[in-house]
Amino acid sequence: MTSYDVTRRELLAGTAVAGVALAGVNLMPEFTSLAAAQDAAPAAAPLDIVLRVNGTEQRLTLDPRTTLLDALREHLHLTGSKKGCGLGQCGACTVLMDGKRVKSCLSLAALAEGREITTIEGLAQSEELHPLQAAFIERDAFQCGYCTPGQIMAGVACIAEGHAGSPQEIRQWMSGNLCRCGAYDHIVAAIQDAAAVSSSVGGG
Amino acid sequence: MHPFILERPRDLEAALALRAQAGRNDAPVEYIAGGTDMVQLLQEYARRPERLVSLAGLLDNRIEVGPQGLRLGGGATMAEVAAHPGVIEQFPVISEALLESASPQVRNQATMGGNLLQRTRCPYFRDVGYEACNKRAPGSGCAAIGGENRWHAVLGTSDNCIAAHPSDLAVALVALDAEVEIRGVGGQRTVPLADLHRLPGDTPHFETILEPGEVITAITVPANPAARRSHYLKVRDRASFEFAVVSAAGAIEMDGSRIRQARVALGGVGTKPWRVPQVEAALAGASLDSTALQQAAALAAEGAQGRGHNDFKIELMQRAIVRAVETAARA
Repeated sequence: MTSYDVTRRELLAGTAVAGVALAGVNLMPEFTSLAAAQDAAPAAAPLDIVLRVNGTEQRLTLDPRTTLLDALREHLHLTGSKKGCGLGQCGACTVLMDGKRVKSCLSLAALAEGREITTIEGLAQSEELHPLQAAFIERDAFQCGYCTPGQIMAGVACIAEGHAGSPQEIRQWMSGNLCRCGAYDHIVAAIQDAAAVSSSVGGG
Repeated sequence: MHPFILERPRDLEAALALRAQAGRNDAPVEYIAGGTDMVQLLQEYARRPERLVSLAGLLDNRIEVGPQGLRLGGGATMAEVAAHPGVIEQFPVISEALLESASPQVRNQATMGGNLLQRTRCPYFRDVGYEACNKRAPGSGCAAIGGENRWHAVLGTSDNCIAAHPSDLAVALVALDAEVEIRGVGGQRTVPLADLHRLPGDTPHFETILEPGEVITAITVPANPAARRSHYLKVRDRASFEFAVVSAAGAIEMDGSRIRQARVALGGVGTKPWRVPQVEAALAGASLDSTALQQAAALAAEGAQGRGHNDFKIELMQRAIVRAVETAARA
């Protein structure tokens, strides 16, 4: 491991800390006061839970408030699932739970015990991309990429549910995933491509 | 989120006992099932329970269609009910209302009981940055009256609250005489869905007739020939994944070219799921011509009161009734 082997996430985290120290003033008092209020309140007893993520059991000790999304990102460091709104409106946090697509920001991690969680990190077979991942690259189905993991997880489910029969149907059944870059046309095309592949693989 | 203790009881009895410890008013103990609404409310500090009792895995999730009608376990998900062949065939308005609700992800998570008990989308209720909300903070006033009220109710309102009930499912169910089975520590009872929600009156923070600790364990819908010819029309600001501005559930039984019986309920316009029996009575025996339908639909406006931005809903809901009934009759 070299000194350059630092993730974007670690780099950003380090920069944020430095930024606060340098600024020396509180530029966002409302956020700080909310955080202080949380700290002042008595912490609830942490829970020992076991999450099954991408086929592996993970033992965690979590504050009961921890959402499944935060457990994945902050505790298991599976940062593919993204936090957009945190309120179930954008779909960037979409994962599969027992094979069904869900918004991980609306699930408490402790209530996901015993469920099989699949994240974007669990989709590829070693170095071989899932057909929908490949189709997103082929179709250039993203610009900034922030919504992409959620789009792909929702798209995988959309195809598996049999709701990818036409562009109109795909748009209807992908409405839980927003793309603020507006790559929708390419996302729909990628899902159509992957749906065609999966139906031919599955023998119709 | 405010800190809470998360209880994961083994069975429903244990859950009921835990929750029953709470008082009615701004209960420090709350239930969580699918979590799609509760987690939002927790994230936004609109609810601050000290203890959260999980119902995950404890509720009946069966869906049964038989000669008596339909029975939906309180824990069945929106997606499961919407896709059930018996629901699609015999109660299309229920399946349609569900498929027009939320997003595919949320429909995989949210339960029947939770859908009926979801809290209003009134932004003044959801955003604790606003001090005035009689539903969230009794006696604090109503910011929506005189504020931004395009999304708010025109029926069943009071000077204390004009928040609309957000459920599509409840609108379809109330049109079909659904009942809810309720379990508490004291036993079981059954009430018409029409009586589950309260009008806001002077106490908008009391939203339902549920006693502390009670859980909706099932929803039943009696068999009705009108249910097969039914339709849910949802009018909203975007084509998918949006709450109703106005919606109408219509169920029709025909007798030749005339309507034998009609069931009609409205969403997006009422402080609770809003059945319009006066419209149903006017439709009985009527033909399907547009004048007759419009005259019947006009009766829905009885007692309607706009508050400025939402005045348009009073006409829009009449048009929605006409379209829903016409579409149902063609089904």
